[in-house]
Amino acid sequence: MNKIPEVNYLNASRGIRSWLFTLDHKRIGLLYLFSIMAAFALGGIFAILIRLELLGPGKDIMEARTYNQIFTLHGAVMIFLFIIPSIPAAMGNFILPQMIGAKDVAFPRLNLLSWWIYIFGAVFAVISMSTGSVDTGWTFYTPYSTTTSTSVVAMTLGVFILGFSSIFTGLNFIVTIHKMRAPGQTWFKLPLFVWGLYATAIIQVLATPVLGITVLLLILERVAGIGIFDPAMGGDPVLFQHFFWFYSHPAVYIMILPGMGIISELISAFSQKRIFGYKAIAFSSLAIAFISFLVWGHHMFVSGQSQLASAIFSFLTFLVGIPSGIKIFNWLATLYKGKIRFDTPMLYALSFLFLFTIGGLTGMFLGTLATDVHLHDTYFVVAHFHYVMVGGTVMAFFGGLHYWWPKFWGRMYNELWAKISIAFTFVGFNITFLSQFVLGAKGMPRRYYSYLDKFQPLHDLSSFGSWIMAIGFFIMAVYLIHAVFKGRPAGDNPWGALTFEWETTSPPPKENFIETPTLTHGPYDYDKIVPERTI
Amino acid sequence: MSSGNSNGHPAHLAHHFSDAAQQSESAKIGMWIFLLTEILLFAGLFVAYAVYRSANTEMFYNAHKHLDIHLGTLNTIVLITSSLTMALAIRSIQLNDRKKSIKLLAATFALAAVFLIVKYFEYSHKFDLGQLPGKFYTYTGIEGSNPHIFFSVYFMMTGLHGIHVIAGMIAISWVMRKTIQGKLSSEYYTPMELTGLYWHLVDMIWIFLFPLLYLIG
Repeated sequence: MNKIPEVNYLNASRGIRSWLFTLDHKRIGLLYLFSIMAAFALGGIFAILIRLELLGPGKDIMEARTYNQIFTLHGAVMIFLFIIPSIPAAMGNFILPQMIGAKDVAFPRLNLLSWWIYIFGAVFAVISMSTGSVDTGWTFYTPYSTTTSTSVVAMTLGVFILGFSSIFTGLNFIVTIHKMRAPGQTWFKLPLFVWGLYATAIIQVLATPVLGITVLLLILERVAGIGIFDPAMGGDPVLFQHFFWFYSHPAVYIMILPGMGIISELISAFSQKRIFGYKAIAFSSLAIAFISFLVWGHHMFVSGQSQLASAIFSFLTFLVGIPSGIKIFNWLATLYKGKIRFDTPMLYALSFLFLFTIGGLTGMFLGTLATDVHLHDTYFVVAHFHYVMVGGTVMAFFGGLHYWWPKFWGRMYNELWAKISIAFTFVGFNITFLSQFVLGAKGMPRRYYSYLDKFQPLHDLSSFGSWIMAIGFFIMAVYLIHAVFKGRPAGDNPWGALTFEWETTSPPPKENFIETPTLTHGPYDYDKIVPERTI
Repeated sequence: MSSGNSNGHPAHLAHHFSDAAQQSESAKIGMWIFLLTEILLFAGLFVAYAVYRSANTEMFYNAHKHLDIHLGTLNTIVLITSSLTMALAIRSIQLNDRKKSIKLLAATFALAAVFLIVKYFEYSHKFDLGQLPGKFYTYTGIEGSNPHIFFSVYFMMTGLHGIHVIAGMIAISWVMRKTIQGKLSSEYYTPMELTGLYWHLVDMIWIFLFPLLYLIG
């Protein structure tokens, strides 16, 4: 029978202050986890409201203006408050130092500061959006954002603040990975999740400051009328789009790369097989990070950018398919002849493979100049990025959450309920968004409050799917919280995996390991050792 | 943080590092990455500069004549000198000459203040003439398209740089305080080294701003 270790990071010190001002990366990871889950729930409620309003053409439950605010809130909350910090700041924070055998991240105080900045920025952004009724969408394009009477300034200031939190996390991780690795752990003995976080951190550090200056210029444009985005004063509104997407396109790889890292861990651990093409997967993460900086113009195919620029951006966009494809095929090759176990984390990983591939391939449609003219700003785009972000990142996030949940708390969740939950989520997700591909191809524009009658059946189907998905997430919340208090002890290594974090206790002691661990095997040496599963 | 002398660690070594070298190298890498983010922050403004200068070539040339090249040159010399005094301050602390180090830091701080004072006179002159950014622009003596854009770019670039000078002064006075308190020595001077790196970057950015704004044509 497994036992919870008597002294661990959860009970090492008590009281609310010992959490809010903790310097322990594990506790900060959990603080982030609670915060982003709150954001996810909030963004999810907005999503359900959007789908409710779209049950019929015209007004159903809210005015058009409210609808515009709701989709702005949904986008901004999900992007800036949930998905960007999700995997790196919550799970990465908890797991990264353990994966490299370190006691903590390089800069624990900066880590705590990053969370406080996140909370401050989040509260600021949400309050200003809801009281100031911002309805620009999360992209706050000029000239609308510079002329609308809503409180764009306060909201973008919130985004500016949040940027610091993201930069600090990225900076901390790069230094941690460079300097804090256990003796003997060379770069090519790092788990692939660490490679994923490293590539992510590079983008966070290089792209986020550009968002910073972009929103700063937007604020100055509104407050001081500097005129650089105003065509009447010789300014160029498309320049704003260039600036915005120079950050926001790499940012979608901030969202997906750590997810891909988790998938590498899950596929290998639950196939009990050495990962196929380790170096190819590691380098493809860096390749994606690099190419991500060169494709922003594909958001502007219909914004009056030059034909030549569009053609080049289209070509570069297709290049992203290569490293992404490399990953997919390497994961498939890892599965081949593996001893596959269908535990819940693995179900999420397999869902990821399936859904991310659809998301990725439909991206090719949008990267093609001619088809994009037809599909631009339709539900096809909405479906595409939800397949990548929800089908990809969120699936990977929940895969990781189930994988490491026993490490976080030392206790297991109910496997049966977990499987019921993912069944709901998977089916609901596909109903919601497959229908949106069809809607988009038929010409339904995104962000519209009303629509032609002929679109109603598909809209209703999509809304129906969103309820199924919501049930799945609700079930998950219940059994995960239940597991924290009542789950049966999981043991140190419930899945029989080989990375460092499974060598310490569940939950780990305050400084992660009783003694500094030394590397005796690689992270995927399943051909040499097969550890006992403790459940 | 629970750093202490209990296990033979020096007071400035945090518990999660195995030795002082690992700690100072980490801090330095961290600082370099931070400087990288600063460069990218300014990069947006450099792009804006390039876009609007290529769209209004003539006007940029005409407008730049209204900047005071003498004051600009003076400020360039002031900042380069301050970088020298900063570097010498680090050299002194490496040699454990705390008094000299404090004096040199004070000199750096003073030079930064001189820079801001000169900038203040430049700014107030432009305010008087109405050479202001965007919609506040009222001056009429510059030929070419959209002269207000030049001053938008000028004030944004020098303004953001000025904020960085102030941040640098805060950092310098913080390090000076630490040195006076005797917390820094040849054994441990990471905070001063990091401040120095930051200060050199602030200086570097000005070295790009000066020719781009004052020396067109």
